[in-house]
Amino acid sequence: MTVRNVLSTKGFGVVTVHPDTSVLDAVRTLAEHNIGAVVVVDEREHVVGIFTERDLVRQCAARGAEALQLPVREAMTPDPVTALPQDDLRIIAHLMVERHFRHIPVVEDDHLIGILSIRDVLQAQRDQYLGELDTLQRRLMERFEWRRRDS
Amino acid sequence: MSTRQIRVAIIGSGPSAFYAAGHLLLQSEPEVWVDMYEHLPTPFGLVRYGVAPDHQKIKNVTRVFSKTAQHPRFRFFGNVTYGKEMTLADLKRFYHAIVFATGASVDRKMGIPGEDLPRSYAATEFVAWYNGHPDYAHLSFDLEQERIAVVGVGNVAVDVSRILLKDPDELAKTDIADYALEALRKSKVREVYLLGRRGPAQAKFTYPEIRELTSLPNIDVIVPPEEAELDPLSRKQLEENPDKDVEAKVELIQQLAQKSPEGKPRRLVLRFLVSPTELLGNEGRGVQTVKLVHNELYATDAGTLRPRPTDRYEDLPATEVYRAIGYRGVPLPDVPFHERWGVILNADGRVLDPKTNQPLYGLYCTGWIKRGAQGVIGTNKPDAVATSEHLIEDARAGRLPLPETTDPTVIEQFVRERQPNVVSWEDWLILDRLEVERGKAQGRPRVKFTSVEEMLEAIRREKMAAG
Ligand SMILES: Cc1cc2nc3c(=O)[nH]c(=O)nc-3n(C[C@H](O)[C@H](O)[C@H](O)COP(=O)(O)OP(=O)(O)OC[C@H]3O[C@@H](n4cnc5c(N)ncnc54)[C@H](O)[C@@H]3O)c2cc1C
Ligand SMILES: NC(=O)c1ccc[n+]([C@@H]2O[C@H](COP(=O)([O-])OP(=O)(O)OC[C@H]3O[C@@H](n4cnc5c(N)ncnc54)[C@H](OP(=O)(O)O)[C@@H]3O)[C@@H](O)[C@H]2O)c1
Repeated sequence: MTVRNVLSTKGFGVVTVHPDTSVLDAVRTLAEHNIGAVVVVDEREHVVGIFTERDLVRQCAARGAEALQLPVREAMTPDPVTALPQDDLRIIAHLMVERHFRHIPVVEDDHLIGILSIRDVLQAQRDQYLGELDTLQRRLMERFEWRRRDS
Repeated sequence: MSTRQIRVAIIGSGPSAFYAAGHLLLQSEPEVWVDMYEHLPTPFGLVRYGVAPDHQKIKNVTRVFSKTAQHPRFRFFGNVTYGKEMTLADLKRFYHAIVFATGASVDRKMGIPGEDLPRSYAATEFVAWYNGHPDYAHLSFDLEQERIAVVGVGNVAVDVSRILLKDPDELAKTDIADYALEALRKSKVREVYLLGRRGPAQAKFTYPEIRELTSLPNIDVIVPPEEAELDPLSRKQLEENPDKDVEAKVELIQQLAQKSPEGKPRRLVLRFLVSPTELLGNEGRGVQTVKLVHNELYATDAGTLRPRPTDRYEDLPATEVYRAIGYRGVPLPDVPFHERWGVILNADGRVLDPKTNQPLYGLYCTGWIKRGAQGVIGTNKPDAVATSEHLIEDARAGRLPLPETTDPTVIEQFVRERQPNVVSWEDWLILDRLEVERGKAQGRPRVKFTSVEEMLEAIRREKMAAG
């Protein structure tokens, strides 16, 4: 399974903010869309950073309430690792777990086209395993049934 | 019909359609009535027309689906095509919700020069042809060539290679289409090259499928030793992120690379790290040569190993090509489509409005047309359950539009006006019985009807005979 299979079930468009947006406005964007991270892109739609709940916590702990007035470019995680649609999901899962990423922007030809959360990835993997398990179980059960009939 | 009951149309009758039907019929709040519309007179989608004829056991899953079809709140309208006999506007008159489960039926292109030359085929069409799909039965494939290239190393590529190489006497025991069997009996193929653009560790086929190839008595499986070796990046990745299936495949491939051919009548050559860059030939003589470039792997930002061309080229003297590089969904009339992914525009099965990205309540999708052409039959079950759960949730929240009427006889009359030759589940059971009977005489699981006229005629005859 690849990243594209997961993005296929996530509609289109990604919530983004400009690097000059204030942290407060970025936080409002998170709340409005009920999401945990927002991708920061420049005028040409190139990914320059990611701003997550973690970043907010970190900045507030360091600077108190005035963190909210900072431009997001100073509070975001710059140059995040990005994924491609053809990336294997297993590799992405490994990467996100190992490096504690909860979100990963997806790009194609340098343009942002989506974002995956760890929840998306784990859910897709769970469903894949459930499906394979179902097929295996059914085949096993059939074999037992035949054996019972044969004896 | 009170709001405690809803009527749902499911479009398609493959695994995702039946898993969705099964889950919806289990519900009591609201109680669901299901009408399933299928383009063909016969149900089961790719289980009947994709799964290889020599993998009959896999097809036993249809027993589960047939049980669902016996449910008193289930009806089947076969030989009815969405977008042709029934439109979205028609369906909205009768149903609270519509679930699209139409699969992904067309091929993907390699995008290289010469791809449209004679004898450059799409595996999607070959597969549908040998399985007797009525829309593809008229095609013909030139099986006079000795050396064939199959592009891609997924399970479909393995199916295609196996059918091309397997002893026709073995295939004669299956439900392969008679015309295909006849053509394969005359086949001159000696050698099939299976072409992977990445290395052995990235092959998409699963272990049992490749293992099966090595156990066929008439085939030598050959791997060039230098292409069986893992490159340092793959080795590192497998160490850091071990995967039993991959390890088993790599081990098998490396064993094969050590073996010398036993002089069996046919050969399968597994190649890695090569991509076709051009099919050479001309309109008159068809494909004459497959130009290959050797690839090397590099790691993407996220760590996936992808192929990159080197400056080493090679001419493979194969004169017939099957591209087995994946399937793609086709847009349905009046249903928003996501061109980039080749799926219906959706959020986990809820169809979205392309203008607002918000759900169009009452429209849903599941299976390959929802997530792309990926996964085994069972994978469609959690997928269909998720979609069905959203539908139920929307029904409970009162978000589903109300149809004009849900009277089952009114609906059936309407469908019959549009398609007088609608095939019911009972009709299909007649076809099923006839096919199995025809098979019994020849020691085969069934002999398929391969044209719609033939199917309709058989049903008519049986019903007349029964009075
Ligand atoms: C060659 C091949 C071999 C495979 N072998 C295996 C295997 O051995 N084991 C395994 O587990 N999985 C196998 N798979 C995968 C499995 O077949 C798929 O996961 C599964 O069939 C997808 O289900 P679906 O319901 O989404 O689509 P489909 O099975 O494709 O069903 C779609 C249905 O919708 C109908 N339809 C389309 N358009 C319309 C319309 N406009 N109106 C009405 N009806 C319409 C079609 O006629 C079809 O019946 C194989 C796939 C392929 C391609
Ligand atoms: N027996 C079974 O259980 C069975 C049988 C048939 C099908 N299925 C299932 O059905 C699904 C679809 O199968 P599939 O074989 O069509 O798809 P698949 O598993 O995605 O394999 C496609 C293959 O084509 C290659 N490819 C793609 N684009 C290419 C290009 N431009 N040039 C060269 N190679 C290219 C891919 O390589 P990359 O990996 O490098 O992209 C991959 O090897 C799969 O999930 C499969 O498991 C199961």
